[in-house]
Amino acid sequence: MVFYHFGKYILMLKAVFRRPEKISIYKNEVFKEMVAIGLGSLGIISIISVFIGAVTTVQTAFQLTSDLIPKSIIGSITRDSTILELSPTICSLVLAGKVGSSIASQIGTMRVTEQIDALEIMGINAPGYLILPKLLGGVIMIPILIVIAIALSIVGGYLAGVASGAVTANEFTQGLTTDFIPFTLVVALVKALIFAFIITTVSAYQGFFTNGGAIEVGNSSTKAVVISCIAILVSDYIIAQLLL
Amino acid sequence: MIEVKDIYKSFGDNEVLKGITADFKPGVTSLIIGGSGSGKTTLMKNMVGLHEPNSGKVLYDGRDFTSMDMQERIEIRKEIGMLFQGSALFDSMTVERNIRFPLDMFTNQSKAEKLERVNFVLERVNLAGKNDLYPSELSGGMMKRVGIARAIAMRPKYLFCDEPNSGLDPKSSIMIDELLQEITQEYDITTVIVTHDMNSVMGIGEHILFLHQGQKWWEGSKDEITSTDNKELNEFVFATKLMETLLKKK
Repeated sequence: MVFYHFGKYILMLKAVFRRPEKISIYKNEVFKEMVAIGLGSLGIISIISVFIGAVTTVQTAFQLTSDLIPKSIIGSITRDSTILELSPTICSLVLAGKVGSSIASQIGTMRVTEQIDALEIMGINAPGYLILPKLLGGVIMIPILIVIAIALSIVGGYLAGVASGAVTANEFTQGLTTDFIPFTLVVALVKALIFAFIITTVSAYQGFFTNGGAIEVGNSSTKAVVISCIAILVSDYIIAQLLL
Repeated sequence: MIEVKDIYKSFGDNEVLKGITADFKPGVTSLIIGGSGSGKTTLMKNMVGLHEPNSGKVLYDGRDFTSMDMQERIEIRKEIGMLFQGSALFDSMTVERNIRFPLDMFTNQSKAEKLERVNFVLERVNLAGKNDLYPSELSGGMMKRVGIARAIAMRPKYLFCDEPNSGLDPKSSIMIDELLQEITQEYDITTVIVTHDMNSVMGIGEHILFLHQGQKWWEGSKDEITSTDNKELNEFVFATKLMETLLKKK
């Protein structure tokens, strides 16, 4: 069963990357998707990121009870945790819920209302027209969202640390700038790209092959989120193993 | 002309089409009728390539559609218009964009030319000036008419309609039937309509194909349908209370 779906998913991707009928129309769709995915998710990602940073700082400070460890380490831990893991992974899990369910239900509704059949009858490559713009919108905007999330997490950590008195502004800043390895940012961006690909294509697959009516559209949407989340976590581990 | 040759189609163990052969001529409104589960929609979906037949052929003016690759099929599909049961209009687009969509995709016409064509087909379906409405703002009958307008926007040689009257009141239903027949004759289109609406059969049934249990059970015209002694067809035709009452009065 897994191999059946995987094979179907690969065939769908092959159709997605077929030459577009008219580039200008696809370009407009890509911009629309970039706005929907990027701007549409900016609010929730900002809120989550600030709190991720704040909680990381407060909890790290709580665990550092030894006077032998400098307080500046809190800044370093917050920085590395958010860059390497928390921002890319938690934000992508949230985006799997928000963007993934939206993609699956949009395409699923088009399937059950015969809009996809209508596209195919017109001679339009339906997977390409419907999925490629979402995929491109996702792989362009999700890494940008992750970079914003990293920055906001660090700001959140700084504010929470200073406000709670767990760490001073100087100590936090010193921790942030000490022993920074730029490669961690590359890892974060690789994760963001792969997670974006997973979120958009897995959700599109679930929507595209929906059969039935409203209940099945809901089921596809749920499946899209669950499978995307699992795939994100598995690939998170694989990327960490391969790159670190 | 569309030729269907010995089409078989199964879903698992369920054999839905059992060797159907028929010809559909240009300028003639052909109706595929039959009870629920008789295979009429499956036959249409096999004809347009939304389903693949297990065996048999579909020929569009001699071109074997069933053995074509995707690119060749796309070329044929540019000559096909289809009206879906639920109209299948794109929710996110206005009426104008819905109709213009195939023109945008496949022609290099200027904006003005496309708009002229959109306005022409909208006028043809009596919806002039409704360009900026969204599908959610239209009634069922209007949605069907926009569906027809979109289907004929590319000047198709073949027009398929899946239950064009479903969900419509009798008056709107007759209007849609007459429109389809006029368009068929005016542009010499090969039109195939799947329906179980007896009003349509009696109104525009120039060529009728009656399917029963996945087989072609009867073929003829509206003039012949009431005088046939085909038992299953008679049961289908005279199944409505209205027909029953009219016959009793006779």
